Amino acid sequence: MSRTVASVFLKEIIENLRDRRVVLSAFLFGVLLGPVLFAAMMSTVSNRTARIQDQPLELPVAGSAHAPNLLAFLRENGVDVQPVELSESQAIEAVRDGTYNLVLIIDEDYGERLAAGSPAPLRLVVDTANSRTAPESARARRLLDGYGAQLAALRLMSRGMSPQIVQPLDVRNIDVATPAGRSLLLMGMITYFCLMSMLTGGFYLAIDTTAGERERGSLEPLLTLPVARSELMLGKMLATAAFMAISLFLTLAVFGVALSFVPLEALGMSANFGPQVILAMFGIMVVFVPLGAGLLTVVASFTRSTREAQTWLSLVLLVPAAPIMMAVFTGTKPTTALMAVPSLSQHLLATSLLRGDPIPPLHIAVSLLTTLAAGAVLSWIAVRLYRREAILG
Amino acid sequence: MIRVEGIVKRFGAVTALQDVSFTAADGRITGLLGHNGAGKSTALRVLSTVLRPDAGRAQVDGHDCVTEPLAVRRSLGVLPHASGLYANLTGRENILYYGRLHGLAGAALQRATDELIERLELGAVAGRRAKGYSQGERLKVALARALIHRPQTLILDEPTSGLDVTAVRMLRDLLRELRALGRCVLFSSHVMQEVAALCDDIVIIAAGKVVLRGTPRQILEQTGTSDLEEAFVRASARVAPTQGAPA
Repeated sequence: MSRTVASVFLKEIIENLRDRRVVLSAFLFGVLLGPVLFAAMMSTVSNRTARIQDQPLELPVAGSAHAPNLLAFLRENGVDVQPVELSESQAIEAVRDGTYNLVLIIDEDYGERLAAGSPAPLRLVVDTANSRTAPESARARRLLDGYGAQLAALRLMSRGMSPQIVQPLDVRNIDVATPAGRSLLLMGMITYFCLMSMLTGGFYLAIDTTAGERERGSLEPLLTLPVARSELMLGKMLATAAFMAISLFLTLAVFGVALSFVPLEALGMSANFGPQVILAMFGIMVVFVPLGAGLLTVVASFTRSTREAQTWLSLVLLVPAAPIMMAVFTGTKPTTALMAVPSLSQHLLATSLLRGDPIPPLHIAVSLLTTLAAGAVLSWIAVRLYRREAILG
Repeated sequence: MIRVEGIVKRFGAVTALQDVSFTAADGRITGLLGHNGAGKSTALRVLSTVLRPDAGRAQVDGHDCVTEPLAVRRSLGVLPHASGLYANLTGRENILYYGRLHGLAGAALQRATDELIERLELGAVAGRRAKGYSQGERLKVALARALIHRPQTLILDEPTSGLDVTAVRMLRDLLRELRALGRCVLFSSHVMQEVAALCDDIVIIAAGKVVLRGTPRQILEQTGTSDLEEAFVRASARVAPTQGAPA
């Protein structure tokens, strides 16, 4: 790096570190926003899951006097049976308006029909449109089916038959998901937040060093100095890149701290997020920095004022985010071809890393080369833009 | 030494400079005088290599502004119309930054900076950030910045506009000092008194053309008046200002 580039780089860094607005947005708000939002979201989800699993299932039962054995079975299985006096229409109304999450109705002739060997009627009033109560409904249903199966087995045995006769199939799930894999959707958000905070870190520098410098009238005297414009531009972009890299690193570190407070295991997930993974994620994503810095600088160089630059750059922030959002919601799997798409390749590699999946070296090579090449092209365009006379506005 | 020969500069349909020629010699102060929009700033921007002329030749100390821009910038100090200081840097840091970009470093850079801070009486404010500076303080730091590499030629774009009397006097003294050192000083102004008080040579420019040039005495003789202000008005009126140009 030439002395000129170093001088420009240092001056931009010092000047922007003294600007409170720049520092707050790059190293505080941008960095904290993602991890804090993420941790809050995860805490809420995992607390609710934990609560549902630990608490006894509260089951209001109408006509509880008709089925003492069934109720004893339910109580044994951790159900808090609450006898209520409700007709069917009242029960439906109570579930619909949320008084109860679900109601079990036992008919008067339950005992009679059970004794006679014909199907004994039970009605479970549930609201399948309410996702909050769905786990409770499913649990109640499972218990009732279990009781039915138990009765059927007893009946068969009393007739000298094996209960297996009514179990022609034995279906078992073999779950291949690693605990971290189950949290794929949420983990995908981490790379999204990291990329956004990286770009936010360079946002004001890209504007300040181009449109801002022109607007304040400091660009013209700068261009009368005996240095090549390419060197000026290089120093400015390096400063932008440095801010972006620092923002990225801080965000990953804050994620590491924030996730250690979230009981992910309660969700059946494990976040593979130790210091080594954080460093590896940084290594994968920092490759995007030159491309991001070039993109922000090129767009800011086209604008006539800082205000205009802010408007355009806010839109530009969405460009690298779009492939990530697509991948998160469609569950895209990494392929060699997709590694040629900058931002998407960083997302896929980082996600694999978080899941603990093996990463083919070819994927890393393709991602590295294509992203760096795109960054070089954009930086070259930014330098070209500064050779024009019109850059003075 | 500045030599301008037949410079033409167009911005789209507007011709800002048409066939402008003049010289500014070493050891003399030359004033570029003209109304707002006459083409003064454009001419200075061509000399400072920020703009390329569409035709003609401009030379600074024997270097061509188009083919050897880096050599021109090395021997040129420029004081732009807006001071263009970095608000979040101190005065001293502003000066040091330009010194470094001129290739100065180490003790030589510190010494040159200290000398200018002392000469321009900036000692009290050089450690403060530029955002709180008065107009006069901004001008002084911008001057120090333009002189940090001891340029042979100094060009100043409307340096006195908005300044109080003390600052204007300081500037005049400094420019006379540079003249005594054999430097070439070219500055633009739209105020005749300003130019008359200081200049050895005057170039009057109107609607992108040089309408009159010479010493103040020659200008009075050529326009047949005894008052320079009257001479300026008459000379400018010779060219009907049909074409505007960006300031």
